[in-house]
Amino acid sequence: MSDTTAAPAVPLIHDVPADAILTVEDAAIAFGQVRALKGASMHARRGEVTAIVGDNGAGKSTLIRCISGVHAPDSGRITFDGHEVEFKTPHAARDAGIETVHQNLALVEDLTVWQNLFLNREIVRGVGPLRLLDRRAMRSRADEMVSSLAVNVPAVGSRVRRLSGGQRQAVSICRAAGFASKLIIMDEPTAALGVQETARVEELITRLKSEGHAILLISHNFAQVLRLSDAVWVMRAGRCVAGRRTAQTDGDEIVGLITGARAGDIPVEAA
Amino acid sequence: MTTTRTDTATPSAPTAQRARAGGLIRWVLDPANLADWAALVGLVVLVVVFQALNSSFLSAGNIQSMLVAAAILVVLAVGQTFVVATAGIDLSIASVMTLAAVVFGTVFASGAGLLVAALAALATGALVGLANGLVISKGRITDFIVTLGTLSAASGLALIIADGKPRTIISGPLLRLATGHVGIFGYSFLIALVIAVVAHVVLFHTRFGTYVLATGGNAEAASATGVPTARIKTAVYVIAGVLAGIASILLVARVGAAEPAANTAFLLNSVAAVVLGGVSLFGGRATIVGPVIGALLLTALVNGLTLLGVSQFYQPLSVGVVVVLAAFLTRFQK
Ligand SMILES: Nc1ncnc2c1ncn2[C@@H]1O[C@H](COP(=O)(O)OP(=O)(O)O)[C@@H](O)[C@H]1O
Ligand SMILES: [Mg+2]
Repeated sequence: MSDTTAAPAVPLIHDVPADAILTVEDAAIAFGQVRALKGASMHARRGEVTAIVGDNGAGKSTLIRCISGVHAPDSGRITFDGHEVEFKTPHAARDAGIETVHQNLALVEDLTVWQNLFLNREIVRGVGPLRLLDRRAMRSRADEMVSSLAVNVPAVGSRVRRLSGGQRQAVSICRAAGFASKLIIMDEPTAALGVQETARVEELITRLKSEGHAILLISHNFAQVLRLSDAVWVMRAGRCVAGRRTAQTDGDEIVGLITGARAGDIPVEAA
Repeated sequence: MTTTRTDTATPSAPTAQRARAGGLIRWVLDPANLADWAALVGLVVLVVVFQALNSSFLSAGNIQSMLVAAAILVVLAVGQTFVVATAGIDLSIASVMTLAAVVFGTVFASGAGLLVAALAALATGALVGLANGLVISKGRITDFIVTLGTLSAASGLALIIADGKPRTIISGPLLRLATGHVGIFGYSFLIALVIAVVAHVVLFHTRFGTYVLATGGNAEAASATGVPTARIKTAVYVIAGVLAGIASILLVARVGAAEPAANTAFLLNSVAAVVLGGVSLFGGRATIVGPVIGALLLTALVNGLTLLGVSQFYQPLSVGVVVVLAAFLTRFQK
């Protein structure tokens, strides 16, 4: 077999751009005995969709949770928008401009759509301890946010419990896109969705990219990754074993890198 | 909750009105919504039945005494509601009230003023609540166990401080608090009402209230958006403690003494009022109006039975039946 069709693949790991929106260097974290990340390094460019792929349990969700302030890595460096950062809480990451659509849909079912959209970003009026929610302002802003994304979410006053999977995903993405975010992280945003709903969410992602948002996309869907992303990282056993410009790779190479049939770009760790 | 329900488009005014009225009836009778209204429906039924059996039930005097009798339970139920809204439970709420009452009596008897004694009672409630909250949220120990321990510890402490004996409290202002009234509304009921209104505003019109509901509804999701769920969980126990402190002052005023009594009925009834009020024990869904009506219902039940000359022994039984019925209704919630 000859490998002549694909252009020579440049390992991204040796090609960190000076103006990357995000770089992660050697991030490691263990949960008790489980070493979920064993020194993962990757980066993402401004205005691009950067995909992360890998088998279940490879550490994708853990990596993005470290970036979004849910976990603090035991070691390693994260640089965001030119500054080294150490987010102690998701709140700190959001303040810095990182919004995350978590895999397990971080919505509160008994709250309404607008309450979820504005969770921890509430509009209040008044001063001091007497600051009251401006429910009307939040409702109308929520209406604008939802309709500007052209997704079919029912009235923003309805409880999330009554929404379909796709509608919930749209609300999550809407929230991530709504607050002047510099980086939007999406953890398997279409994993639980049907064909049409998936197409809608992909449209949304393309749209957000065209508006200048940098996006970090975790996906199991290779076709989707090849369609949407500009760069792709492959994770295996807690490390980013390879990174490629999407234009310079194909499904076969990615599958090989995921399974380990192909060697990655970094030396294999002993044991 | 006070979410407005969006009606569908309105074709013409009269038909729309009729449709809406029909829809409203259907909406009220829908088992899912009936649970939210269980307390109100139950209260109305009780009032009608008791009034039919004894015409003095709805006399101004009896209404006034029922509202006064309900005041302490309303205050405790509001406190319990905040805790239950975060999917927790405070089993120590009545014991903390007892402890605060004893502290109040001791401080007052030592010659300190009424205000100092009242502040001591509030501080006692706040401190015990803080201890509960910290152990539960930071220590990650089940609320049920922690507050069960506090239940015992607080009533034990009350016994020790009071040396097991009640202390009579003679104070003009406290007497006025217990007996004074505006129309049919006793002062103590008015205090409870103000607390309920403030609690409603806090729960539905402040960030804190939203965080309470979010923490109870989905703590993981709430903390992923940056809501400080551990602090919120601690805060609701402090609120319950402070309200237990306020309730202790109402209790001392009502009884005219600070006694290290067990007050277990208040604990059971505070949880019962919350359940009757349609608050989900799984957290995330709560109102203040519901538990307040639940507290009124339980008080009316006891009052009515007493008025009919039913033996006191039947009261806990009847309360139990009503609560289980209400809990049964909540199965249809969702
Ligand atoms: N909070 C946690 N506690 C313990 N183990 C965890 C936790 N989060 C993830 N892990 C473990 O870390 C590994 C990586 O998980 P994860 O990042 O969710 O993988 P992926 O998202 O790639 O499927 C798995 O073995 C998982 O069981
Ligand atoms: Mg995952």
